[in-house]
Amino acid sequence: MTKADIARIVYERHGGISNREAARLVEQIFETVKSRLSAGEKVQITGFGTFLVRQKRERRGRNPQTGEEMVIKSRRSVVFRPSKLFGASE
Amino acid sequence: MTKAELIDEVSRASELSRRHTEVIVEAVFTSILDALREGDKVELRGFGSFRLRHRSTRSGRNPKTGEGVVVPEKVVPHFKPGKELRELINRD
Repeated sequence: MTKADIARIVYERHGGISNREAARLVEQIFETVKSRLSAGEKVQITGFGTFLVRQKRERRGRNPQTGEEMVIKSRRSVVFRPSKLFGASE
Repeated sequence: MTKAELIDEVSRASELSRRHTEVIVEAVFTSILDALREGDKVELRGFGSFRLRHRSTRSGRNPKTGEGVVVPEKVVPHFKPGKELRELINRD
């Protein structure tokens, strides 16, 4: 599934907006989440899950292709904690 | 940021009523979970992708009683940030 598929579902479930508007809204939602994450903020979507920004420490690693040892620099990463609701309705 | 704040911000930016925006935000996240439940993966360009990860049974411990328990196998959603998001959060 891609953003286009999500936009189609939104368009079908919601009578009042055009297909193009649905696509624009889907884009707007993920851009908003992205900008908050890039500010280091966590984004908590009840019933879905929470996106958190984590600082990863510098560590030694290996290039899996060449086997060469290298230092993986400290960086930030986004982790997702799914809501407990996911398993509940299965 | 909470879901309510996301709805407010999207509503303001798109000049759509809060009530309509709420329906749309709910539909977006529900559709992702529905797709995962059906075994589909979800790829959102510029943002990242969601897929299910399988967790095998493991032995754990009840932290209150110290009693050993077997945690059953399960599938959980996993998110992998996309290139654009990775670069954005590492920009200084």
